[in-house]
Amino acid sequence: MRPEQQGVDVAVLVSVGRHPITGRARRADQDARGLELALGLERQLPGSRVRLLHAGPRGEESESALRGYLGMAAGAGTGLDTLTLLEQAEGSDAIPALAQHLAAAPPQLVITGTRAERGEGSGLLPYALAERLGWPLVNGLAAVEKVENGVATVLQALPRGQRRRLEVRLPAIVSVDGAAPAARQSAFGPARRAELEATPVAAEPDQELAQWQMAPARKRPKRLKIVKAASARDRFKAAAAKAEGGSGQVLEGVSAEQGAEAILKLLEAEGVLR
Amino acid sequence: MSEIRRRDPRREWIARNRLHPEHAAVLAELEGGAISEWLGPNGVIRKNPRAIGFIGPNGVKRIDRSGAQQGGQATGAARQEAQDSRRNVIIEDPAFLVTVVPELSGGRLSGHDKDLLGLARQLADADADRPGAVLAVVFGEHKEEGFGEAGIDRLLHINGDAYVGFAPEARLAALCAVERELAPRHWLLPDSPLGGADLGRRLALRLNERPATGVWQIEADGAAPLGWRCTARGAAESLDIQRPLPRVALALAECAEPVDETRHAAEPLSLSEAIPSALSRIEDLGQVAVDPAGVALAEAEFIVSGGNGVKDWDGFHRAAKVLGATEGASRVAVDDGFMARDRQVGATGTWVTARVYLAVGISGAIQHLQGIQSCDKVVTINLDPGCDMIKRADLAVIGDSAEILAALVAKVEQQRGGQRDAA
Repeated sequence: MRPEQQGVDVAVLVSVGRHPITGRARRADQDARGLELALGLERQLPGSRVRLLHAGPRGEESESALRGYLGMAAGAGTGLDTLTLLEQAEGSDAIPALAQHLAAAPPQLVITGTRAERGEGSGLLPYALAERLGWPLVNGLAAVEKVENGVATVLQALPRGQRRRLEVRLPAIVSVDGAAPAARQSAFGPARRAELEATPVAAEPDQELAQWQMAPARKRPKRLKIVKAASARDRFKAAAAKAEGGSGQVLEGVSAEQGAEAILKLLEAEGVLR
Repeated sequence: MSEIRRRDPRREWIARNRLHPEHAAVLAELEGGAISEWLGPNGVIRKNPRAIGFIGPNGVKRIDRSGAQQGGQATGAARQEAQDSRRNVIIEDPAFLVTVVPELSGGRLSGHDKDLLGLARQLADADADRPGAVLAVVFGEHKEEGFGEAGIDRLLHINGDAYVGFAPEARLAALCAVERELAPRHWLLPDSPLGGADLGRRLALRLNERPATGVWQIEADGAAPLGWRCTARGAAESLDIQRPLPRVALALAECAEPVDETRHAAEPLSLSEAIPSALSRIEDLGQVAVDPAGVALAEAEFIVSGGNGVKDWDGFHRAAKVLGATEGASRVAVDDGFMARDRQVGATGTWVTARVYLAVGISGAIQHLQGIQSCDKVVTINLDPGCDMIKRADLAVIGDSAEILAALVAKVEQQRGGQRDAA
């Protein structure tokens, strides 16, 4: 049996991130994980092609952040030495420009982060692109297992460290979050030598976003434990009470078999046995 | 004897008033013979301290000076009934609908869902003359019974094989059918990875709305189109965005207080038209078995934890492996070198969030109980029926842990063997 040797055409959408403490521009964590996934796919399926795509303004700070992605391909021996930059004014909507660009030369797989680290950061972009292009979307991707005959088998990350296997028909959009493999280091030299292919595109300003009030995040109020009690005695009892399950069932004087049976019943009712 | 206990206010009053001529007689009647206070021959009040108080549930004498016990004791059942007095609310003809799609993790309403329903009630009950109804759309099988207590007026239960597992396209088609038929004013979804974060964004874009994501507060605002303004988190939790509340909102946990004063009808509802079946381009092949030892203790779903009472550690490890559970330990087991330090559960170890926590031979020190505060179901196997862990546990089995674990392993293996033969 001959393994499928044809590669896939992957586009990775990257954004300018924000360091959580210093607030400086950097490569966004989730997008870098997405690129790591794409580079892994390239190694897995020879003949694959990885493209980088960004829509936004061109400035000194954002350029150095975007070059961080290009520095990740150093030594991989790939064609990843350019990044397509759809140049737009600050505060314009990236979705129409990206959708137009992707529709003009459709890749088989589009990889994005779950949400941006700047601006609204609503995580709507992959969904908006999927809706416009009419492609299926899988969120929270952990790994791509194989790509065969236009169908990708992928692992989706669930909370509590669980994984789910999905089959999705290509072309598709996938988004990655913290469960995807961690990004490799970015090499400075190749990042400096790589090129940014800037093409100015028509941009519609995001009117709605401009009207909203933005402020640095306030600490959310901690929820208080509200005790509704008529008398001081009840309030004291509530404050001094130990944690208790209330209606706990106690099996005393039963055989080991009966005890195990009761435990098994509960475990099955909760659905934790697989 | 009838369950209903009648109060005699006059007798209670006499029992409180020690100057009343019939005081001694009434008191004797109420307290079963022993008089605790009486007027002596020289006009001095005499007290019998042994007759004061009552025998508590553990056989210890308790003296309650709060006044709650005086004159006709309320029985436990009667008091519980008084505590459970939620106001029943039935909304016959709602002015509008607020639709909530709870995540129902593990088949029950999660804390996040209840907060979200509290938020939905805020939106629905803002105008007391023209109240709206809260509609919950529930997919697949569930184990929840307290929909009414959580504040749901109408319940739309959509069942079918197409909605099991990861089926965003089928669920989206169902929600679009709800939108066409009922046209709710608000859509609220939890912004949680398993539930609404994915479905809510899909729904909003299908309805051509720009949703508010990460909403954590709403305030009334007359100038906004829907009469509300919301505060949402943006830019990786570093920004607060204030904007008018759109039709579709994805809210964070603790966005509002859960409902606790009213009980709603949770009236079943069904759609008149059939939901169109969506062509799915994503196929769910089911969950993949992951190595439970590789899952971080803090986020494991099912933990088997061992303590001082475990003598057969090989059997314990075997049971954890067969049950597919992550292993934890109490501090004693770690100190004695039976388990690694990173497996310690409790205040000084890891605070766990498991859905099911099986404690084997753990007596339940307060530090350990703090560590398992957010666990849903606690099962314990213990020799001592009086320990604190038993009070916390939902199911406690008193007996030898090695024998019970061995029996449990045998049963599980037998079941799995049977399944394999059948398949």
